[in-house]
Amino acid sequence: MTAVVHTGLLTARALRQGARIPVFLVMNLVQPMIWLLLFGQLFRSVVEIPGFSAAGSYLEFITPGVVMMTAMFGAAWAGTAFVQDMDRGVMDRFLTSPTSRGALVASTMVYQAVVAVGQALVVLAVAWLCGARFGSTPAETALGVLALLLAVVLLTALFSALSNATALLTGQQEALIGISQLVTLPLMFLSSAVMDTRLSADWVADVARYNPFDWAVVAGREALAASPDWGVVWGRLGLLALAALVVGRLATLAFRTRQRSA
Amino acid sequence: MPSTRTSAQETAIAAVDLRKTYPGGRGRPPVPALDGLSFAVPAGTVFALLGPNGAGKSTTARILTTLSRADAGTAHVAGIDVARDPERVRRTIGYVAQKPVTDPLDTGRENLVLAGRLQGLGARTARTRAAELLDRFALADAADRLVRTYSGGMARKLDVAMGIVHSPRVLFLDEPTTGLDPEARAGMWAEIERMTAVESMTVLLTTHYLDEADRLAANVAIVDRGRVVVAGTPDALKDELRGDGIVVELAAPAPAAGSAGPPGELVPDAGPALADRVTDAVRACSGVREVHLRGRTLRARAESGAAALPAVLAALDAAGVPVASATLARPSLDDVYLRRTGRTFAAAQSDAPGSSAGDDTEATAAGVAA
Repeated sequence: MTAVVHTGLLTARALRQGARIPVFLVMNLVQPMIWLLLFGQLFRSVVEIPGFSAAGSYLEFITPGVVMMTAMFGAAWAGTAFVQDMDRGVMDRFLTSPTSRGALVASTMVYQAVVAVGQALVVLAVAWLCGARFGSTPAETALGVLALLLAVVLLTALFSALSNATALLTGQQEALIGISQLVTLPLMFLSSAVMDTRLSADWVADVARYNPFDWAVVAGREALAASPDWGVVWGRLGLLALAALVVGRLATLAFRTRQRSA
Repeated sequence: MPSTRTSAQETAIAAVDLRKTYPGGRGRPPVPALDGLSFAVPAGTVFALLGPNGAGKSTTARILTTLSRADAGTAHVAGIDVARDPERVRRTIGYVAQKPVTDPLDTGRENLVLAGRLQGLGARTARTRAAELLDRFALADAADRLVRTYSGGMARKLDVAMGIVHSPRVLFLDEPTTGLDPEARAGMWAEIERMTAVESMTVLLTTHYLDEADRLAANVAIVDRGRVVVAGTPDALKDELRGDGIVVELAAPAPAAGSAGPPGELVPDAGPALADRVTDAVRACSGVREVHLRGRTLRARAESGAAALPAVLAALDAAGVPVASATLARPSLDDVYLRRTGRTFAAAQSDAPGSSAGDDTEATAAGVAA
């Protein structure tokens, strides 16, 4: 109960501060649109390659990919808030108080999820305006969008936790740059986000099967398909949830490691 | 350990033989931060850990507030073992770190309300308490401004308010005035004095300002290279230096008015007989020693200057020597530090690079030579 209240209080703090930097808000919304339009134009004709599995346009193919890219790239920086709190004495104040450690981690996940869901809705709207269509009936579309958003939340939780654990263990913003350059970028390319893996080297397809980012892309794309295979969607969502729980737990344990080395 | 439990009523903080060594890293030798540090703080008092940067003060504060763990030794806060039951300790204490503990992108009020709620206060109680503290620390006008617009002194006052928002039984103030200008420091001292009177809590203050420990603390422990070298009340520590300096300016005897010699001469028209009579009379006062008369200036030392001065004045009066002025020069904690560690405080301070938590205790012989 305390953990829930604390998560609420700390999430409210993050949202309040996010809103105080309007530039952030604008950047957060403009960036996914740039991804969508840039990739959409750049690779427009790949759908014409024989063997490309997508039924519709390339824009329809990459929309879930861009949604997940935006979510993962954003979440990879979640630890920045911890680094800033550690640079000041704010983290020490939290840690010497009964503030729930789980809530410290969870609040950054919730905050990132709120931002990512907002971005996802913007991407979907822009894609729709550019002619992309998802699902076959309005009810199916709504259900598909909800499943996609759930994938966004879980993916965000996973990478926020990873970023938080790194921040807690290193205390350095530089380490977070490492995560975004060495982890998330390769994960993005080793997936079906912008390219059908059936057209890539076999090993890429093999790696993608174990890539949590690809789980989210596949779940989102399948959920938005004309006739979704819900087994695929729920299977991937389940894997994502499991991964997020494990890494989230590790991030909470990182507080203890920090105390031992402090 | 039943003995610790029973003494918990009187002892708010007890540290026994704390040891901590930081790994050196990259081939450098490990850095000892605490080397058997022990002290006890009576409940309801202000206690200062005084020492130069790197002496181990902050490391001690971090262990007592559960941020860090000691390699060896035990510590109790409000009777609770900090290593065994850190969660209970955290519900008992307030901690104001050396670094700012407020959020620059929140207002002063938001900072206080959030801190109160995380400490378990209800929404309304937290708001009431925040308003009360903003008033008390003269921050009411700035309450709804973002903290990043605050001056250094205002931000530090808010830091301290954050530490007591939940009325903790034990408050840790880690170098509360470091980096403040003299005016802001004086203001902060007044706030801390008022606060400790109102909240009736135990305060552990770490500082490298001698005058700060002297002014605020009932008890002081001087920390050097990870150990307590001496502890006691500031006055007792200074009394140990064999007392205060007493300086009495004798008035010119009536017949010789205007013919006073410069300092260094004996009273010109008094003669050795008078000089002897004066010094003998003063020497006869109890607790007074090292009596010297040069010119019209009489110097002596006494265990407690304030106690001895009336007797000295009475003796001079009885000897028929009028007095122009009398002053007491109290020995400073700086003198105590010098005597206990063999080096001046300023030298120790410049020996220690950086000010981060106990990152250096390698004092060099240069300090001793100083």
